[in-house]
Amino acid sequence: MPLSIETVRHIARLARLQLTPSEERRYASQLSAVLDYAARLQQVDTSGISPTASVLGLSAPLRPDEPRPSPSREQILANAPHPEGGMFRVPRVLEGEP
Amino acid sequence: MAEITRLTLLEAAGALRAGELSSEQLTRACLSRIAEADGRVHAFLHVAEDLALEQARAADRRLAEWRRRGGEQPSPLAGIPLAVKDVLCLQGVPATCGSRILEGFRPPYTATSVRRLLDAGAVTLGKTNTDEFAMGSSTENSAYGVTHNPWNLERVPGGSSGGSAAAVAARMCFAALGTDTGGSVRQPACFCGTTGLKTSYGRVSRYGLIAYGSSLDTVGALARSAADLLPLFQVMAGHDPLDTTSVEDPVPAIQLDGASLAGLRIGVPREYFIEGLQPAVEAAVRQAVGQLEALGARAQEVSLPHTDLALPVYYLIAPAEASANLARYDGVRYGPRQGPGQYPEDFFVTRGQLFGPEVKRRIMLGTYALSAGYYEAYYGQAQKVRTLIKADFEAAFAEVDLIACPVAPTTAFAIGKHGDDPLSMYLEDVFTLPANLAGIPGISFPVGFDPDGLPIGMQLMAPHLAEAQLLRAAHAYQQATAWHMEVPPL
Repeated sequence: MPLSIETVRHIARLARLQLTPSEERRYASQLSAVLDYAARLQQVDTSGISPTASVLGLSAPLRPDEPRPSPSREQILANAPHPEGGMFRVPRVLEGEP
Repeated sequence: MAEITRLTLLEAAGALRAGELSSEQLTRACLSRIAEADGRVHAFLHVAEDLALEQARAADRRLAEWRRRGGEQPSPLAGIPLAVKDVLCLQGVPATCGSRILEGFRPPYTATSVRRLLDAGAVTLGKTNTDEFAMGSSTENSAYGVTHNPWNLERVPGGSSGGSAAAVAARMCFAALGTDTGGSVRQPACFCGTTGLKTSYGRVSRYGLIAYGSSLDTVGALARSAADLLPLFQVMAGHDPLDTTSVEDPVPAIQLDGASLAGLRIGVPREYFIEGLQPAVEAAVRQAVGQLEALGARAQEVSLPHTDLALPVYYLIAPAEASANLARYDGVRYGPRQGPGQYPEDFFVTRGQLFGPEVKRRIMLGTYALSAGYYEAYYGQAQKVRTLIKADFEAAFAEVDLIACPVAPTTAFAIGKHGDDPLSMYLEDVFTLPANLAGIPGISFPVGFDPDGLPIGMQLMAPHLAEAQLLRAAHAYQQATAWHMEVPPL
């Protein structure tokens, strides 16, 4: 079943991707082809089968809460496109939210 | 100079230990070879010449000290020039993941896998080309240009570790690191006539591997033989407290020589010999199985009934995980930022402009598969079928020790062949995806050439953490044959 342009726009919005109209059309058809192919999974009987989230089984190993060396502020900011005052500068977030 | 780069890793290591060659000589030979050939191949995105020579001199001092004073023998990797796929972090050296969104990024730390090789004295020549964020099977998805197969420059080297495979094949380095999430070490190794090892999930730390699919990603290596791969595996493998998915099981000390294949049971899965398999590939793989039997192994047919479901399962799970892993690329902490300087437009524009089409497709696929109303039907169902695929291997390994099969349906295809048809590209991965879904190791090694002179590879898969079995079987095959010693005329 082909994905509608509205669905493609919705997914792109969730994923914070700005697409051109031509990308929207192209991805709609390409994604539809992949999802159609993936639909064959619906025919598989998985009753009683537990999902595999990790082939090793998930665990959360703990360690003692002891401080260890970590990168310096300079190292962390070195790659930032807009560092300022020892912080990451970003556009205003709190006013005029969409 | 040319002769030096024709040495195997182990031959170079022997010459270094004996003081017949220096690491600086080896490194300069590789750098010359890169200068001579990489204009045509484009395996490297960044050559770290000064760093490499500094590392080489340090290795030479260490080796000289050892020859003078004795003590613990240096690793075979001491002084050996290697290449590193550009999805792995090497502090201070650019890491792009083949993407514009990480243009200019220099990691503040080094990946554990790379750190261990450096501690053993290895030399890092630079970073190799990759499909963007490791998403692809041809290296055509790199934002920095395609890598050309050294066997035929109009063909792809495979992907996503195409740069690493091409660099090894073209003798620009003695071995290279790659990563394998859906086949990205095994398939390019196959297309470029090299030997490539996909490690068991959890065997090598993923700390410092820029994430694509966290339940699937593995760090592996490519070299000219199983014997050359072994030291990289021994040095990199093992638990890392910085990666909570790394296993605590000790890494065995593996001996390759003297290993006999007598009594080794090899399963040949009927589901992998499908229509669409290139006849020369099938013939070479079957002949290679025969060669393993001549060495003492016993082959039998096995069944992996859910094989044809691996592709849809992978192309739901991997994109879902990628959509989460790539959410961090927002132009705030690293990489360029684009847009009008407004929130949230800058996120949309940065990501829309700086991610390539395949990455955007997979992010969208993953977002859809995880979205409300579709989660159970797509992602949830895929996870359950993943359990069935894993169980297929467990059942097979109750009957056989190794599984032998093709690596890819064809030999290296032409650059541009799959055009703008993602699904046709995804179908290239059918034989490699299952091992990632099951978390098991696999090795790819050369077993012949097709009528066009392109390398053909065979894959062996083993149970989780059984890399020793893979390396021993591949080594035994390589002691009895010479396919892996062929070099492209480039």
